[in-house]
Amino acid sequence: MIQSIARRLALGGFVMWGCVTLIFVIIRLAPGDQATIALGPDATAEEIEAARVRLGVEDPLFLQYLSYLGRVLTLDFGQSYRLGTPAMDAVLDRFPATFQLAIAAMTIAVVVGITLGTIAGGRPDGVVDRVVSSLTISLQSFPTFWVGIMLILIFALHLRILPSAGSGTFSHLILPAVTLAFPQTAIVARLTRSSLSESMQEAYVQTARSKGLTEPQVLIGHVLRNSMIPVVTIVGLQTGALLGGAVVVENVFAWPGLGSLIVSSVSARDYAVVQAAALLIAAVVVTLNMVADLTYSRLDPRIRIGGRA
Amino acid sequence: MSADMTPEDTGPLLDVRDLEVVLPGPDGPVRILDRVSFTVGAGRTTGLIGESGSGKSMTAMAIIGLLPRDAQTRGELRWRSEDLLTATPRRRRRVRGREIAMIFQDPLASLNPGQTIGRQITEIPRRDGMPRRELGSTAVDLLERVEIPDPARRANNYPHQFSGGMRQRAMTALALAGKPQLILADEPTTALDVTVQARILALLRRLRDEEGTAMLLVSHDLRVMAHVADDLVVMYAGQVCERGPAPDVLRRPFHPYTNALVKSVPAVHAKSAIADPLPGSPANPAERPSGCAFHPRCPLTRIMAQGVSSANAIGTPPIHERCRTEQPEVREISPGRWSACHFSSEEAVR
Repeated sequence: MIQSIARRLALGGFVMWGCVTLIFVIIRLAPGDQATIALGPDATAEEIEAARVRLGVEDPLFLQYLSYLGRVLTLDFGQSYRLGTPAMDAVLDRFPATFQLAIAAMTIAVVVGITLGTIAGGRPDGVVDRVVSSLTISLQSFPTFWVGIMLILIFALHLRILPSAGSGTFSHLILPAVTLAFPQTAIVARLTRSSLSESMQEAYVQTARSKGLTEPQVLIGHVLRNSMIPVVTIVGLQTGALLGGAVVVENVFAWPGLGSLIVSSVSARDYAVVQAAALLIAAVVVTLNMVADLTYSRLDPRIRIGGRA
Repeated sequence: MSADMTPEDTGPLLDVRDLEVVLPGPDGPVRILDRVSFTVGAGRTTGLIGESGSGKSMTAMAIIGLLPRDAQTRGELRWRSEDLLTATPRRRRRVRGREIAMIFQDPLASLNPGQTIGRQITEIPRRDGMPRRELGSTAVDLLERVEIPDPARRANNYPHQFSGGMRQRAMTALALAGKPQLILADEPTTALDVTVQARILALLRRLRDEEGTAMLLVSHDLRVMAHVADDLVVMYAGQVCERGPAPDVLRRPFHPYTNALVKSVPAVHAKSAIADPLPGSPANPAERPSGCAFHPRCPLTRIMAQGVSSANAIGTPPIHERCRTEQPEVREISPGRWSACHFSSEEAVR
């Protein structure tokens, strides 16, 4: 058990190193550099050259990379040249709002998605299944910005019961979380449905029926739990995706999250901030996946942590 | 002995009358079961035997009411005095598990991998409101009755921690939990090693003797039947071809198909015994042959045909005209012995 957790941690570290390396290379492959963008179009070639030396971007890429890795190991993530603060502080400043939004959206997606998927999967190709299928396709097809604007129109402008933008209170959280939850709910519902209808073919379902259980009792008491492994996997992955990928929703609702910070940092070539954000998101995703892995063995006793095959 | 044989005397527990099951197939509806009739007496074990595709498992599924949703049924399933086929879904559900229980073929696949054995076998009493404390002792008691050693510890195990034989015992305990009067056992020993098979059969026999539970045993294995069955129902292509007391049917079959089945079993104790396998492959209910479904494989019809017309071309074995055109009725040949062969009464069966 301890050995296998250690192995997972080591693997997680390896994944994070891979992420940082990829981001480090990709962002430097993009045209334009910090000096040109920071000094603006009026700067002379000499000024730019001097700034490049000062920022350390004149060194060979390989040396920059090595010195960056060395600093990361001592938990020094560099300075944001744009904000003038340590890069990780800027990221951590935005992280709680983003995390809150992602968790809220995923909670809605899990509750609504599993419910819809269970209702649909209990009787594949029935009427309810078709209705739920069209519903989830619509949920997934609406563009996020449009859903956000529609929700603002209805609940903020028309009904005046929820704030349209900003953050701080629970009511500020509702609209952006619901908007973000739309496509995620569809993903969870569809996955639950397909996993459930597959499990419905298993022999133990007939055994459950032979005990005189009603179909809902069979579904909830026997099938649901055995169909949850793919759902747990996708929820872990999607939560990670929401951490950095909620830019549109953050913009529509003026939500002070990580996504907008990353986008502005990329356009400003603020390498330190982008790298710090990538590192943090990678760490969270690795952790979430570990939690998902640990959940598998709770769902299916045949999967033992660190156990023999 | 023959007194409790006749259904009229005691009234059978289960009386299957002209049961028909029609399933949609790729080329139109298929009559999987065709006018299947037999009875199961209280406390008796009735064996349902036939090759794969003969409809024996389908019969069991029809009795417990777990046919595919698109199946159509006709006929009667008289359970004591009510017809289960016309009962309400709610009533049918109440019968399931509590009056008629089922033991499934593959005990590993048929047990929920995510629940402990104890939880699974006590689900019926739990749903009926038994308090948690009593559930624990009920689980131990059930496992004890199916002879699982160390039942208190084993109740907390998951199915994958059980051996094949123990899983089938657990499955049996699960069936006993609702105190049913009839247990349907669908190939309960097929997935098991031969040595384990014998012990499971001994257990089933003991349960019949000690608890008086009637059983419908579905199997393709004649040796299993010889061990356990009191009565025998032989099925072919979704139809009953012979039924009667098991020892009599096995000793002197009236139907050529039963005869062929008995001959195809090698006698283990006799050194020189060579099994006489049945030629051809089982008839498919979707393409049931005309007349008697067994006629394309039947040795008897060839003998009978020779008696009628002595001149026959070499290479094409003659088929008796009646077997090819006329579907035989299941007739009572001698008291308690029923057979669906035009020539069952003839001496030629022997």
